[in-house]
Amino acid sequence: MSSPEPLLEVRGLSVHYPGRAAWFFQKAAPKKAVDDISFVVPRGKTVGLVGESGSGKTTTGRAVIKLAPLTSGKILYQGQDIGALSNAAFLPWRKKIQMIFQDPYNSLNPRADILSILSEPLEIHFPGMTRADREARCAELLRSVQLPAEHLRRHPHEFSGGQRQRIGIARALAVQPELIICDEPVSALDVSVQAEVVNLLQDLQEQLGLTYLFIAHDLAVVEHVSDHILVMSKGRIVEQGPPAEILGNPREAYTKTLLAAVPRF
Amino acid sequence: MTSFFLPLSRPPPYLDHMSAEPLLQVRDLSVTFRTGDRETIAARGVSYDLAPGEVLAVVGESGSGKSVTALALTRLLPPAPGCVVRGSVRLAGQELLGLPEDAMAKVRGGSIAYVFQEPGSSLNPVYTIGFQIGEAISLHRPEIRDVGAEVVRALREVRINEPERVAGQYPHELSGGMQQRAMIAMALACDPKILVADEPTTALDVTIQKEIMDLLGRLRRERGMSIILITHNFGIVANFADKVQVMWKGEIVEQGAVADIMRAQAHPYTKALIACIPRLGQRRRRLTTLSAELKVSA
Repeated sequence: MSSPEPLLEVRGLSVHYPGRAAWFFQKAAPKKAVDDISFVVPRGKTVGLVGESGSGKTTTGRAVIKLAPLTSGKILYQGQDIGALSNAAFLPWRKKIQMIFQDPYNSLNPRADILSILSEPLEIHFPGMTRADREARCAELLRSVQLPAEHLRRHPHEFSGGQRQRIGIARALAVQPELIICDEPVSALDVSVQAEVVNLLQDLQEQLGLTYLFIAHDLAVVEHVSDHILVMSKGRIVEQGPPAEILGNPREAYTKTLLAAVPRF
Repeated sequence: MTSFFLPLSRPPPYLDHMSAEPLLQVRDLSVTFRTGDRETIAARGVSYDLAPGEVLAVVGESGSGKSVTALALTRLLPPAPGCVVRGSVRLAGQELLGLPEDAMAKVRGGSIAYVFQEPGSSLNPVYTIGFQIGEAISLHRPEIRDVGAEVVRALREVRINEPERVAGQYPHELSGGMQQRAMIAMALACDPKILVADEPTTALDVTIQKEIMDLLGRLRRERGMSIILITHNFGIVANFADKVQVMWKGEIVEQGAVADIMRAQAHPYTKALIACIPRLGQRRRRLTTLSAELKVSA
């Protein structure tokens, strides 16, 4: 894990939300969604993040891209602390870090056509681009996720779940990011479509040198894509290491419970 | 095959005489949707038998017709000109498809109950859990006087702690696993002969999934209830079901005993579908995908 340069380093990250007090004079205990976690994501690699609902894995991913407020800790991107930046100052990093969401049905604006969905990030991050350039870039993006460029004029409802997830990936790729946070990108898809999207993500990683933080609860999928696995429970990282070690020979009781719950065949 | 869901390591004793008469007999069932002058055949030629206490798994991708077929059993689909159901569905010898709506309403929930994928959207957010279960009970079992006590009993049966308190809670106050338990309690409150579980654990974590499947296994064993389990998780099929049916483009392309089909698949689609799944401890460089001719949709 030490050889490649770290693209992202998270140090002592905590995200606490104010809790609800049972009585108005009582001090509310904060809800510790993420509690003092540290990990490194090396350039060009995939770090898998597993855990149950409520373990803090999604909040971790969102905190990296400033979609969840940090309580404490540092987010170092190529050595620079981006956790404390204001929203305006963070803009250049939004271009480098993109996100793919779980639900392909709710993460695309139903009233916009694919061209405007893919153009929007370009308008923000490449204001100098002409309309024709943008359109050409969008067509190229669709081809890179193996969809025909003619689909630019269609709307999200005309696509299947797998195709929508491809469009979500194309949107993330639009601004040429380095790091993509994939939050359960295949868990809403059928197994056959899941395999296609996983292969696509791996192909894109190879072609574009992308780095992934891959959040999922399906241990077999995480094992397949990851170079390194983090296991989260109750806001903390309980175990981390290479897939063969974590899933083949887990030390923590929690990891063992997770593994034992997977039905084998 | 190693057993995963503890209660089902051996076939239950009541399966010994299952050859007698099937509880459910489906013959040549087809579902056609009509929009304008266009006809879409969602399912056709579906035939199978289900014995008391048997678990039938139905696998296939989105759009393969597996949910529609299960809904068609009780005509839980749009009314006639838009959607036409043909064929025969016999429940304990009684033909269901020709039943008038009021008689069918008694079968629905009464003899054949459903549990759906997303418990969060199947429960009504503005009523308490207890009210919703009580509603099902008073509808199907009007002879019961103390509905409240029956609700608590139903919640206790699905192993919900503090059932009295949970009965007074609203769906949003419960976790996904608890909501699904409440849905199962509601489905079971009317003592159905068949439970149709449509992807009951797809939205849940693996540990909760195991709890729910263990719960269904126990209920089946204790009540001798049959289960039609719609899923795309072959791990669950292998560990939980007796029979499996593979649907592809609206038709059953393969069906048989789980052990046989997991060992050797006759249809290329079944083979390809199983090959797509990443398995723990068997890391491959690339996942296998379906070839173009086997794909259901683009």
